[in-house]
Amino acid sequence: MMYEIRDLRLSFPDMTQKPLLGPAPRIEVLKGLSFDLPKGAVLGIVGGSGSGKSTLGRAMLRLLEPSAGSITFDGTDITHMQEAQLRGMRQRFQMIFQDPMSSLNPRRKVGGIIAGPLKLHGLDGLQARVDEALDMVGLPRSFAQRYPHELSGGQRQRVGIARAIALRPAFILADEIVSGLDVSSQAQVLNLLGELVRELGLTLAFVSHDLSVIRRLCDRVLVLHQGVIVEEGETAALFEAPQEAYTRALLEAIPLPDPDQPWE
Amino acid sequence: MSSYLTIKNLTVRLKNGAPILRAVSLDVAAGQVHGLVGESGAGKSMIGKAVLGTLPRALQVTSGEIWLDGVDLLSLPASERRRRIGATAALIPQDPLTALNPSKRIGPQITRRLVDILGWRKQDAEARALDLLGEVHIPDPARVMRSYPHELSGGMRQRILIASAFAAEPKLIIADEPTTALDVTVQKQILRLIGEMQARHNTALLFVTHDLGVVSKVCDTLSVLYAGKVVEEARMQRFFMRPIHPYSAALLAATPTYTNPDSSLTPVPQTVTDAVEREVREHDLRAGA
Amino acid sequence: MRDARGDVKRPIGLRLWLSGGWLTLLVLSAVFAPLIAPKDPLMQDLFLGRMPPFWMEGSEPGYFLGTDSLGRDVLSRMLYGARLALIVALVAGTITCVIGATLGLIAGYYRGWPDRIISRFVDIWMAFPPVLFAILLIAVLGPGLMSIIIAIVVIDWTRFARVVRAEAMSQGAMDYVASAQVAGRTRFGTMLTEILPNVLPTIVALLTLEMGIAVIVEAILSFVNLSISTDSPTWGGMISEGRTSVHQAWWVLVFPLITLFLTVLSFSQLGEGLKDRFDPVLR
Ligand SMILES: Nc1ncnc2c1ncn2[C@@H]1O[C@H](COP(=O)(O)OP(=O)(O)OP(=O)(O)O)[C@@H](O)[C@H]1O
Ligand SMILES: Nc1ncnc2c1ncn2[C@@H]1O[C@H](COP(=O)(O)OP(=O)(O)OP(=O)(O)O)[C@@H](O)[C@H]1O
Ligand SMILES: [Mg+2]
Ligand SMILES: [Mg+2]
Repeated sequence: MMYEIRDLRLSFPDMTQKPLLGPAPRIEVLKGLSFDLPKGAVLGIVGGSGSGKSTLGRAMLRLLEPSAGSITFDGTDITHMQEAQLRGMRQRFQMIFQDPMSSLNPRRKVGGIIAGPLKLHGLDGLQARVDEALDMVGLPRSFAQRYPHELSGGQRQRVGIARAIALRPAFILADEIVSGLDVSSQAQVLNLLGELVRELGLTLAFVSHDLSVIRRLCDRVLVLHQGVIVEEGETAALFEAPQEAYTRALLEAIPLPDPDQPWE
Repeated sequence: MSSYLTIKNLTVRLKNGAPILRAVSLDVAAGQVHGLVGESGAGKSMIGKAVLGTLPRALQVTSGEIWLDGVDLLSLPASERRRRIGATAALIPQDPLTALNPSKRIGPQITRRLVDILGWRKQDAEARALDLLGEVHIPDPARVMRSYPHELSGGMRQRILIASAFAAEPKLIIADEPTTALDVTVQKQILRLIGEMQARHNTALLFVTHDLGVVSKVCDTLSVLYAGKVVEEARMQRFFMRPIHPYSAALLAATPTYTNPDSSLTPVPQTVTDAVEREVREHDLRAGA
Repeated sequence: MRDARGDVKRPIGLRLWLSGGWLTLLVLSAVFAPLIAPKDPLMQDLFLGRMPPFWMEGSEPGYFLGTDSLGRDVLSRMLYGARLALIVALVAGTITCVIGATLGLIAGYYRGWPDRIISRFVDIWMAFPPVLFAILLIAVLGPGLMSIIIAIVVIDWTRFARVVRAEAMSQGAMDYVASAQVAGRTRFGTMLTEILPNVLPTIVALLTLEMGIAVIVEAILSFVNLSISTDSPTWGGMISEGRTSVHQAWWVLVFPLITLFLTVLSFSQLGEGLKDRFDPVLR
């Protein structure tokens, strides 16, 4: 198993309600999630806006510390592990962030952004690796010399993807990474991820609200609603016969490229 | 039907001369939605920025006209143009997180424009902001008003920007991929809301997206952009029935739909992109001559 | 060609060139004052009191900008005065910046208890009225170069701390910081390599502003005779003397005043100019 997650709970202090003295009340965002993610599998995570998908992702990467429950990554319990210990493992699990612009340091060139993590983990042949990563996401190599603000939205998103895959991690959490891409780049990125999964045994958790993409890429799907898992299952089964009203509502609301589709 | 925003032969170049937009022309009528589709890096956002006068410093309008409500913006002095745009147009930007100030609470960020530019009373502006947050289906708007941007989810931030664009009831909205972070149910509600607001205030809307599904639901007309050149301009119904340009047809064919799980993920075929590339190069030659 | 954007082309380099040019000139004259000053700045000659500048009736050859009531050469005194002004600006500005920015960076990035301690400290510090604080300090330390510098540092480090803290805090909320953590960078490393470059433009702007402020503070302290010994040349001292005889010899007041004004302006413009020129995000 790549991940075993048991009764995961996570809460934030609600600073808007903080009394003058004493601690702020807490809002629970993840309310007891349990699921397994086998090695080499692709898990789709769908759910409404604000349902806790990005928070779950950040908890799995241990950017946030759970308030209860446990997260086991590749046999190691990382629930409350210290950052110093985690640092040694960080090459093995990576995250691609939802907001491309803010996840790129504005005062660093694309080449430096991709090479940074590689250098930290002592990998050699930086130039070749950066070039290769840019090729894989379909960006010209000359983009290594550009600053993030000199790119379009979709190009920035692909820089984020390149940074994560260049490290060759065992696990990637991709948070809404294709929503800013046109169909052609989308296909390219999805095919790339598919290849990495098949050929290098990458394990992938794929947060998206685009169910057409989920249906193609993922083996299993997990539907999150207000911090709880409302439905989980094989992709095909879930799409054929969604059990929950919420899942059905999600399916019905997808806009098809067809002006005649009913859209009340 | 008169058009509210007209762009004529707009060419934008990098300072070193490389073209980013190639003689782009388009019209958006009051009360209409004009879609702008095209691949990543085609120049969609730059069209919006050129209209609003916020092009990055490295880029420059080298020729063309931008008419807003019967006035050629590019012929106005900078201050007058800024004032005009500030009073009539609003942008829903592509990067929600970077568009919000990380060190300020949400409330003042929405109301600032109303108070500072339009001279509203602070309480009125706050009441309006609360209403709008409710309308974009943000749960617990009062709490969100007092939150900082990083305490919110991606979709919430995006809806906040939609709300604040509508706050001042602008006559022109440039929406740059406004629903990328929204799940489909919320997206549907938001698109419907945008339609309502736009009908109510007779707003002209330039809607940048790459999601043809969305285009088919909200747009009246659309332009397809490739490498900064408009390759097809069409009414929406006609476009989906009979796309004329091969690139448009390929784009439609490549759009995945969940109802058809067996269709594989295919990029736009090489032959098609090669043909458009050739077209663009010919354009450059003619423009150079 | 008319810029089709309709903007008046912004003279990006001009600011930097003008302010940088003036400051370079000043630094050179300060360094080489003994070589280029036409007269000894302390030499009094009561027969040559209140000589006007060279273009006016009754001027004395060799005294380009005239003399003061004690017959000292105004130009030479200004050149030597630049020494003190610049030393104070550089030393006080830099020390203030290093102390304030470091504390602000740590408070803003690490948050938690380091922030609570530093912020509390800043709050308490700022509760003292600054001018009173400075006068008190110099009264205790006695007048002199060191005292001026210490007074400036003691009063102004809080400005750096507060501004840099706020900036570091908002940068810390960006995902690129989280992504450095995902990459396995240490917290300290992240502060230095990710946050610092992004607050650097703010720090540079504050630093140049602070240098301008230091020049003014030094002038004010000289003006009220709290600076170094009264006869060594300082701009503030000259202005103070010139004020008493402005009707008979305006040049004793006006030339140092203009120099002071240009210097302070140049410092503040230098910050903006550097940002325009070297910040990749603005280019
Ligand atoms: N740092 C924080 N402090 C307080 N509340 C937070 C914080 N981060 C997230 N939240 C809250 O947690 C909830 C879930 O946020 P999350 O970002 O996980 O949603 P999401 O499922 O990724 O949504 P989206 O699809 O819109 O990105 C939201 O209601 C948000 O307001
Ligand atoms: N400052 C700059 N220097 C060089 N090239 C730039 C600069 N700014 C933008 N570009 C280029 O201009 C082109 C158009 O960018 P634009 O942001 O308009 O694309 P877009 O159509 O909005 O794409 P997306 O869907 O990915 O957001 C891109 O290829 C981009 O790389
Ligand atoms: Mg999210
Ligand atoms: Mg864009």
